[in-house]
Amino acid sequence: MTPLLSVRNLSKSYGAQLGCNAVSFDLFPGEVMGIVGESGSGKSTLLNCIAGHIAQDRGQVVYDTRADGPRDTVTMPEPERRMLGRTDWAFVHQNPRDGLRMNVSAGGNVGERLMAVGARNYGDIRDTAQDWLGRVEIAAGRIDDRPSTFSGGMQQRLQIARNLVTAPRLVFMDEPTGGLDVSVQARLLDMLRELVREMGLSVILVTHDLAVVRLLAHRLMVMKSGEVVETGLTDQVLDDPQHAYTQLLVSSVLHV
Amino acid sequence: MIEIENLCKSFILHNQGGTEIPVMAGASLRVEPGECVALTGQSGAGKSTLMRMIYGNYLAGGGAIRIAGVDVATAAPREILELRRTTLGHVSQFLRVVPRVPTLNVVAEPLLAVGEPRERAMARAAELLTRLRIPEHLWGLSPTTFSGGEQQRVNIARGFAFAYPALLLDEPTASLDAQNRDTVLTLIEEAKARGAAIIGIFHDIGARDRVADREVDVTAFTPGLAA
Repeated sequence: MTPLLSVRNLSKSYGAQLGCNAVSFDLFPGEVMGIVGESGSGKSTLLNCIAGHIAQDRGQVVYDTRADGPRDTVTMPEPERRMLGRTDWAFVHQNPRDGLRMNVSAGGNVGERLMAVGARNYGDIRDTAQDWLGRVEIAAGRIDDRPSTFSGGMQQRLQIARNLVTAPRLVFMDEPTGGLDVSVQARLLDMLRELVREMGLSVILVTHDLAVVRLLAHRLMVMKSGEVVETGLTDQVLDDPQHAYTQLLVSSVLHV
Repeated sequence: MIEIENLCKSFILHNQGGTEIPVMAGASLRVEPGECVALTGQSGAGKSTLMRMIYGNYLAGGGAIRIAGVDVATAAPREILELRRTTLGHVSQFLRVVPRVPTLNVVAEPLLAVGEPRERAMARAAELLTRLRIPEHLWGLSPTTFSGGEQQRVNIARGFAFAYPALLLDEPTASLDAQNRDTVLTLIEEAKARGAAIIGIFHDIGARDRVADREVDVTAFTPGLAA
């Protein structure tokens, strides 16, 4: 099987400060990979380099494109990479404000991404937007309301709808449940799990919440000071951690 | 069906002075289709550790665990997940589910995961919940709020929903009343009859005698404990 994404020797530093160092991995279709580590471990830098939001210093990010097969997105012309970002890739930010347009209606937020891939019929766009709001459990009556009038959980669900409406194959998520209270988190996790399975999405999920990766991720990558220190099946890494840092991370979780 | 060869394992506690605890050495074991093998040995001898290694939940230190052509000791995460989806079932002592998901769906999930039509998956889940005496008015609720015994039975229903060719059972009859214990033992007998290879831990000696074809004392694989 061809991996959907192959990252090779990806490195990024901020002056003398190391962001991430020589990271390599393959992500296969339908696979959810969690990246865990404390703040400053380089997990967000890595995610943003792969997604093309930050320029890396070295390394390749080879994506299996629908049209031309595996291509290095780092050397790909900018317009092509932007097109990927609007169609086949999606990015769910921790703060919905970074992924939504706050002064555009909920329906408009979803419809906008559809229009970016060429949808033109207003009725169709509105119907699809309506359908997606339903899938993320936003009441039909709220379609013309702006996200600024939504609760944090609703905004996050809207951001997910906006991202998934174009049926992407690869989704980047940066702390998608961070900043939400636990009851809202459980609902969002359940929804994400369903969508990932239904749509066969490949996901790279960055979080510091081990409970979230246990529920969502198939496999884990543990980062510390910019380096990958351990990888493996999610439950194996959490229940039988091998590296000193992972052991510390797992044993530091407070149980209620 | 399940073939374990020269399996070993140590835990290294990096944050406690790098203490190395050898817990298993030279474990070898074969289970044929339709056979049930009970793991025995005192508490701490490594029964659960062995079971967890077979499921891929603990990393093997060396040796091989071959199940349906996959060596769990060296397989990639996605190969182990595929094995768990289609071949290797596990009934643990504790139910771990996403809050909010109704009991009926929790039980049907392993069937949906192998592409069983929704209607048939739900019907099979309902049949198992009925046999295990979970009242129908609870099926629409999340099992997270259930009593310990009810959760255990939901866990068993989930474990037996799909006809896995290989099954790991960790104390399947613990905390069950006589009637439900009998139902679970019947489920195990049915699984054997259809050809499942089963490895179980049974502290309940009556249950062990009824379903197990032979016993393997893991003390023989415990460094420092072997006679």
